[in-house]
Amino acid sequence: MSATRLRILSAGPGVTIQDGGRRGFLRFGVTESGPMDRLAHRTANRAAGVPWDSAAIEVSLGGIELAVEGAPLAVALAGGSFNVSLDGRRLPSAVVIRLSADHTLSVRAGDSGAWCYLAVAGRFDRAAELGSVSMHTRTSIGGRPLEAGSVLPVVELKTPDLDAAEIVAPWLERSGENVRVILGPQDDYFNTEQIAAFFEATWVVSHQSDRMGYVLEGPKLSPAKGFNIVSDGTAFGSIQIPGAGRPIVLMADRPPTGGYPKIATVISADIGRLAQLRPGHELRFAASSVEEAVSALRHEMRMLAQPVTLRPLGGSLSAGSLLRQNLVDGVTDGEC
Amino acid sequence: MVEFGATVDPVTHDHVIGLAEALRALDIPGVLETVPTFRSLMIHYDPLVLDRRTLVAKIGSVQPRLQSRAKPRNLWTIPCCYERPFGEDLSEVAGIMNLSAEQVVGLHSGATFRAYMYGFAPGFCYLGGLPEKLAISRRPMPRAPHPQNAVLIAGGLSLIGTFSMPTGWWVIGRTPVRLFSPSRSPNFLIEVGDSVRFAPIDKNEFQFLEEKAVAGHSVAGCEKLR
Repeated sequence: MSATRLRILSAGPGVTIQDGGRRGFLRFGVTESGPMDRLAHRTANRAAGVPWDSAAIEVSLGGIELAVEGAPLAVALAGGSFNVSLDGRRLPSAVVIRLSADHTLSVRAGDSGAWCYLAVAGRFDRAAELGSVSMHTRTSIGGRPLEAGSVLPVVELKTPDLDAAEIVAPWLERSGENVRVILGPQDDYFNTEQIAAFFEATWVVSHQSDRMGYVLEGPKLSPAKGFNIVSDGTAFGSIQIPGAGRPIVLMADRPPTGGYPKIATVISADIGRLAQLRPGHELRFAASSVEEAVSALRHEMRMLAQPVTLRPLGGSLSAGSLLRQNLVDGVTDGEC
Repeated sequence: MVEFGATVDPVTHDHVIGLAEALRALDIPGVLETVPTFRSLMIHYDPLVLDRRTLVAKIGSVQPRLQSRAKPRNLWTIPCCYERPFGEDLSEVAGIMNLSAEQVVGLHSGATFRAYMYGFAPGFCYLGGLPEKLAISRRPMPRAPHPQNAVLIAGGLSLIGTFSMPTGWWVIGRTPVRLFSPSRSPNFLIEVGDSVRFAPIDKNEFQFLEEKAVAGHSVAGCEKLR
């Protein structure tokens, strides 16, 4: 049987492949990488019937256009509200679809959201570097971002017999306006007025934001104890206050250590909704607790543990009978 | 995050290494990885597997035993060519610090460094123990990207730059040693806490060792201390 490959026809800047992330090398200065929005990444993988930390294409606002070569391939898309179309026909932004060699799939920035994940019902045939295939743009560990002409072999194909369906994932409809944080570890560098200003301000995501960090525009914060700490570790969601006084929320491609005071940390369950904000969008921070953070994360895991519900699209996209829906490995209609 | 102090000093760092090693030995389910720095240990854990209170209690129970730390595990000897074109900022450093180029080389290669932490980029290992006379400040403006495997100094520290990056540091030499290789086991030679010395080599020796390193051979000396 002929090999299946995804051929990238066009890709904007910042389109990469991300799996669950690179673990175990932070102590050697290696960035974790992994998806900006873990919930959307895992949802796409679950809908494609593969383990939730599998490698998927992370589509940026730059968008992507691709075609399949060889045997048909089922793919799943989930994330922000992107414009997805198959040969010019509009599809829902969270969708599973079977791609044959004569199809062109286009994923473009839509109404809202900054990242969209394209998971394959199979496995990208790529060699792991330091235990992961995630691409880290700044060091090229895991490879360089995708561009027109990139060819991605996919092996271990599943579910060739699939009808187009919308992924019903209400948990992806999140507002990014209120982002919960836990103060620290260097909140003692800021006086009471500065902490109050941090919570009262409406922050705007700056155009300088990328996978490394989201820069926020708003009131200038000045740590009472100065802008330099002796470097320590950083977390996904650490909020650094550097010399210019504009907060930087450290994201998936953050360096593992940093030398600026960190006023607070975004709770894990809210990082994805923050990641989906675009430059120019507004947000506010709300104080949270370790207990609330853990409970929110537990809730997220419970939602992901449920079977992914698929709503058949029907019409001309549905070549076969609806009964075939439940043949998708690991994916069932919620009613079954 | 467990903070042991706010300075770069061996005693504080001994506590960081001590806790990192104690946690590794305990192998607590839910602890994902730790990041030792000059003065603190970042502990990444899965809060759905390991309760924060339990983790804090475990750290508390090993803390009292961290008073004195065992010797460094390894003493690395890193060959370094300080000659031109590799030591491109050497004469400038000598001028600013009122030393001769030979004195700079003598001081740098005469010191025993401690690997304090990795940061900034993969394999960028910050080495403490730079002699006081070489305590040059960072440049006011970054210089052009340093070459791969450049040996740099600034701010009381030395560093081997495994990736070419623009830098505010000063390039005083280059090593043929690959501190980081994605295709080798171990991927990173130096463990945080190890001792490091630099051995001066001339251009011919650099060329010889560079070719060996490109072919995948180890060109760093390593003495096991425990």
